[in-house]
Amino acid sequence: MPTLAVPELSLVALVGVTGSGKSTFAARHFAPTQVLSSDAFRALVSDDEDDQGATRDAFDALYYVAAKRLRAGRLTVIDATHLRREDRAQVVAAAREQDVLPVAIVFDLPPEVPRSRNAGHRNLPDHVLRRQQEALRRSVRGLRREGFRKVHVLSGVDDVAAARIEWEKAYNDRRELTGPFDVIGDVHGCLSELRELLGRLGYVVTPDGAHHPEGRTAVFVGDLVDRGPDTPGVLRLVMGMVAAGTGLCVAGNHEEKLVRALDGRQVRIAHGRAESLAQLAAQPAEFRAAARDFMYGLVSHYRLDGGKLVVAHAGLKEEYQGRSSGRVRAFCLYGETTGETDEYGLPVRLPWANDYRGAAAVVYGHTPTTVPEWVNNTICLDTGCVFGGALTALRWPERELVSVPAEREHYEPVRPLAPPPRPPDLLRLDDVAGTRYVETRLLGRVKVLEENAAGALEVMSRFAIDPRWLVYLPPTMAPAPTSTLDGLLEHPSTAFEAYRSAGVTRVVCEEKHMGSRAVAVVCRSAAVAAERFGVSDGSTGAVYTRTGRAFFPPELTEELLARVRAAASGLWAELATDWLVLDLELLPWSAKAGELLRRQYAPVGAAARAVLPEVLSVLSSTGARLGADAVGELAARQEVRLADAAAFTAAYGRYCWDTDGLRGVSLAPFAVLAGAGGVYADRDRDWHFAVLDRLVEADPEVFRTTRRITLDLADSAAEGVEWWTELTSAGGEGMVVKPFDGLARGRRGLVQPGVKCRGREYLRIIYGPDYTEHLDRLRERSLGRKRSMALREYALGLEALARFTEGEPLWRVHEPVFAVLALESAGVDPRL
Amino acid sequence: MLLTVSTTHRPAGDLGFLLHKHPDRVQRFEVAAGVAHVMYPEVGDERCTAALVLEVDPVDLVRSARGPAGEGFSLGQYVNDRPYAASSLLAVALGRVFGTAMKGRCDARPELAATAIPLEVHVPVLPCRGGPEFAARLFGPLGWAVAANPIPLDPAFPAWGDSRYVDLRLAGTLRLADALAQLYVLLPVLDDAKHYWVSGDEIDKLVRAGGDWLAAHPERQLITTRYLAHQRGYAAAAEARLAELDDRPDPDEPDERVGRTGHDAGDERLPSLAEQRRAAILGELRAAGAARVVDLGCGEGTLLRALLADSAFTELVGVDVSVSALRRAAARLAEAQRVRLLHGSVTYADDRLAGFDAVVLSEVVEHVDPPRLPALAAAVFGAARPATVLVTTPNAEYNVRWDTLPAGEYRHPDHRFEWTRAGFAAWSEQVAAAHGYAVRHVPVGPVDTEVGAPTQLAVFTRGS
Repeated sequence: MPTLAVPELSLVALVGVTGSGKSTFAARHFAPTQVLSSDAFRALVSDDEDDQGATRDAFDALYYVAAKRLRAGRLTVIDATHLRREDRAQVVAAAREQDVLPVAIVFDLPPEVPRSRNAGHRNLPDHVLRRQQEALRRSVRGLRREGFRKVHVLSGVDDVAAARIEWEKAYNDRRELTGPFDVIGDVHGCLSELRELLGRLGYVVTPDGAHHPEGRTAVFVGDLVDRGPDTPGVLRLVMGMVAAGTGLCVAGNHEEKLVRALDGRQVRIAHGRAESLAQLAAQPAEFRAAARDFMYGLVSHYRLDGGKLVVAHAGLKEEYQGRSSGRVRAFCLYGETTGETDEYGLPVRLPWANDYRGAAAVVYGHTPTTVPEWVNNTICLDTGCVFGGALTALRWPERELVSVPAEREHYEPVRPLAPPPRPPDLLRLDDVAGTRYVETRLLGRVKVLEENAAGALEVMSRFAIDPRWLVYLPPTMAPAPTSTLDGLLEHPSTAFEAYRSAGVTRVVCEEKHMGSRAVAVVCRSAAVAAERFGVSDGSTGAVYTRTGRAFFPPELTEELLARVRAAASGLWAELATDWLVLDLELLPWSAKAGELLRRQYAPVGAAARAVLPEVLSVLSSTGARLGADAVGELAARQEVRLADAAAFTAAYGRYCWDTDGLRGVSLAPFAVLAGAGGVYADRDRDWHFAVLDRLVEADPEVFRTTRRITLDLADSAAEGVEWWTELTSAGGEGMVVKPFDGLARGRRGLVQPGVKCRGREYLRIIYGPDYTEHLDRLRERSLGRKRSMALREYALGLEALARFTEGEPLWRVHEPVFAVLALESAGVDPRL
Repeated sequence: MLLTVSTTHRPAGDLGFLLHKHPDRVQRFEVAAGVAHVMYPEVGDERCTAALVLEVDPVDLVRSARGPAGEGFSLGQYVNDRPYAASSLLAVALGRVFGTAMKGRCDARPELAATAIPLEVHVPVLPCRGGPEFAARLFGPLGWAVAANPIPLDPAFPAWGDSRYVDLRLAGTLRLADALAQLYVLLPVLDDAKHYWVSGDEIDKLVRAGGDWLAAHPERQLITTRYLAHQRGYAAAAEARLAELDDRPDPDEPDERVGRTGHDAGDERLPSLAEQRRAAILGELRAAGAARVVDLGCGEGTLLRALLADSAFTELVGVDVSVSALRRAAARLAEAQRVRLLHGSVTYADDRLAGFDAVVLSEVVEHVDPPRLPALAAAVFGAARPATVLVTTPNAEYNVRWDTLPAGEYRHPDHRFEWTRAGFAAWSEQVAAAHGYAVRHVPVGPVDTEVGAPTQLAVFTRGS
């Protein structure tokens, strides 16, 4: 019974004359969607599967689909005769293009079989069939040379009937191994350091192997050999570990070249190869042969731990992971080079890691640096041991680095060891543009529409601060359900009721400060800013608006941050952090909204106050001529409007005062968003205010307290209503009601993190001076979208902070931040 | 909102005939924006005054989307001056209520309708972008004595100064029909200074329809452009909304400063500076042999249009961060096959821009905040990496040569900085060194021995 080994990810070409049973075979062994048949594609493009004139278009379409499938990592079978060399060349090219292995399954049957089958459903003339048979015979021998990596020939009807497919995993697929692992950087013959490092990692080391009592596995990133003092010793140790299953090793460029040298092929004897050759020459021939075979058999890369970890010598971009082709191997061994050389004559490498967006962590070596640094979920462990640096290991999944210093400089470096060039933290348009789904831990996937992303791109590009500071954007907040109480649009009773019905029993009512929403990121020092935020221009934080703009010019920002830092001096140790993100309101409103006030609010009041007395005077003169009844109703309405205009002017005026530099500016913080310890969203409101009150105590000039009361909704809701009435009748903006526990889940999932209840006078700024005259119509407002938006933005904001605190790369933090801005650009009634 | 018209023609009561509205009645007319009332507060032989009071329903204004043009889903729709200030809504009501009078028809007093009579017009709150003197510029040439008194913004905040409203009084001897037609056209023009591109055809149409007074008006061009812009005004709703979240005015709202110190303000020759800049860019691109060119920050596509004229440029890509600018660019370049327009940003790496011969950043860098310049450099020189990069930017030193540009001010309100020659050289040399380019600098525009040329151009060439 013939067993056909087929790699799980490959492009399979069925080769055989018409009527040799290819389609029947395919239907038996592969899923219908895996099989792309030339007949079917001819039918798709021409409505006739026998229309030979449509062949060209049919294959265009077929290969288009094949490329999409292979790019997505799906096995694909092409059911066509493949009797012409150029047809097969297309198969091989398509496989290489997608970095998968091309496989041929040949149907070599006696001539009479297809002939009898053809008689059944196709009228292929005998001479055509004969020509096909002839072509097939000529083809079979050369298939491997043509590039097919596996060739299976089924000779005879019985073979075809009995054949069985055996799925073969890719060599690089070791996802079933879950470690834990210790990934070890470039050893380059430094046996002594390697033994010490393994010891430090807890391995029991012998001359020809090592094992870890807790069953850990060492993974070598390649370049075991060359330059160093004991290449054979290192090989012996690692070969022993690999044989015993306590170690894995991927190929490095030095192994590849050394094998060529050992095989007597033309290799430049440089880069420390001479040392290896000399050292190996002193070894017994059997060892040399075993070492040669070991190095020859090394796989280009491994996928480990369920696919979460990829190890390759020079790193590996996402689309090559799990693939097999010459260029994948070349990338693994040498990286991507520009073809240019630098001032030391070394190849200039393309910084693939800067663009890396894959989910798997890529651990690699090859490029010596002084310190290993994570860049977009990739890390280079080559710390130049042989050049007098250190030998470094990464514990996985712990992500801890362990290293031992080199005993000495074993080999003079061509280029002095330097820290890795700071990646430019350059975001890519693909990170934010287009329709996107952002995964959040609170709400699952949040969709961002393309047009909203486009709207956000402009604001983000033109006005937002450095994205490295922009680790959060605040969500919008929904108002309380519309009140039906006389003369009111909003009232706390509906907020309380909404929380009660969501299952929340305790809430906090917080005074709403009418200023501008602000986020403050503050670091303990410029050094912390450089280390944690990657900003090394000396700035120590940022104070920005809800769309990511800086509130103040740099000097003033630093002045404000210094005040915040001083007030927070007691918090660093207590919260075990050296940076904080605070959510706050910055007052006065006029500090940021000055232009808006002068261009929109004040003009409305000015126009109203100027025109209405004139109208009233016209009405009164007309009334004097024609009798008051002629204009009475109209005049009464204008009187009300004039009073409304005065109330409107007074309403915005309450939130305006002069500032000069920081004088007059104050901050009313209401949440400690995040610090080194994580995101504090799940702390209750008392915890937040306990921390924030300390800031107010420390610097009452800059910080302003937020008055609040805590209510048990079962029995003290009336107290909340009373408090709100008191606040708003004194001209206050109103209050925000929040679940006491902070992050709250109710009967229907995530609960609104807060709802606002705004005062009657304040709402004139929002709904217009005369809104009180139109309440009946204005009550027809629909809050559903606003509420859903508030929740989605809340989830996105916390997602960004969580990603940041977990040390994820910039693009991952930026993604949900950008999404908040994109959602905000969507059209929702802005008065809500 | 309110407008009154008075005459001292005797008998003044004939005003009622001319307006086709009886002086002893208060009449009510439903108009699009609300209800218009016509009444006569003063009727005598010597003097008669008619008043048009327009009551706007602010809620309906929003719901029927008849609010200020182009404000989209923004708060500006709700808190706005439309119910109070004489805007296009008043002009529309004027046309509706006094349409017959505006045509000059009066069966009862035909000779009077054809005669210039002494008239006074009072508009107590008139939005007048461009300041009180602008009202005089528009009404003065038509034979009016103009008194336009600015109205302060808020007496509680004297530092805020005057509003954009004036109390407008006109006095002159004109045909009533002309007076009404002028108000009808000029009220929206005074109100709305939004700058949109308007085609030549449309201007001609209005001039033909506007009658003698408009054709002869010295500000004809300005009037027609603004008037038409107002009619077609729209704004990118998202942009407006995000600005407002930030408590900022609609970015599409005209900023008085733009008019005065727009890019090339202050120099009569300046339109030609823009041309010289384009010529310099074209010259450098040709010299570099570039065929495939990206205009990064293409705005409304002026440079792309110039490039299109030369078939040596086989593939052109315009990129801008503003969707509305791209829309206007698309309108200008509609028929062009060789050009593609992409929405993108200078601070994000963009694979679509890789592999071109040249990238042009013309008057773009100065619109980027200095802390974001490294990202721009990385995206252009690191990621897109064309053989040639051209960067033009103002030379700050030259600003002193422009009398109308106050000292220390930038040429455009959105400029985040303006470099001196040394400042630009330092930046470009550092960027060139970091990314393997060579750079040289070329002055553009008249070179002043002391302060250099108004525009500086850097030509970056990628090393091999």
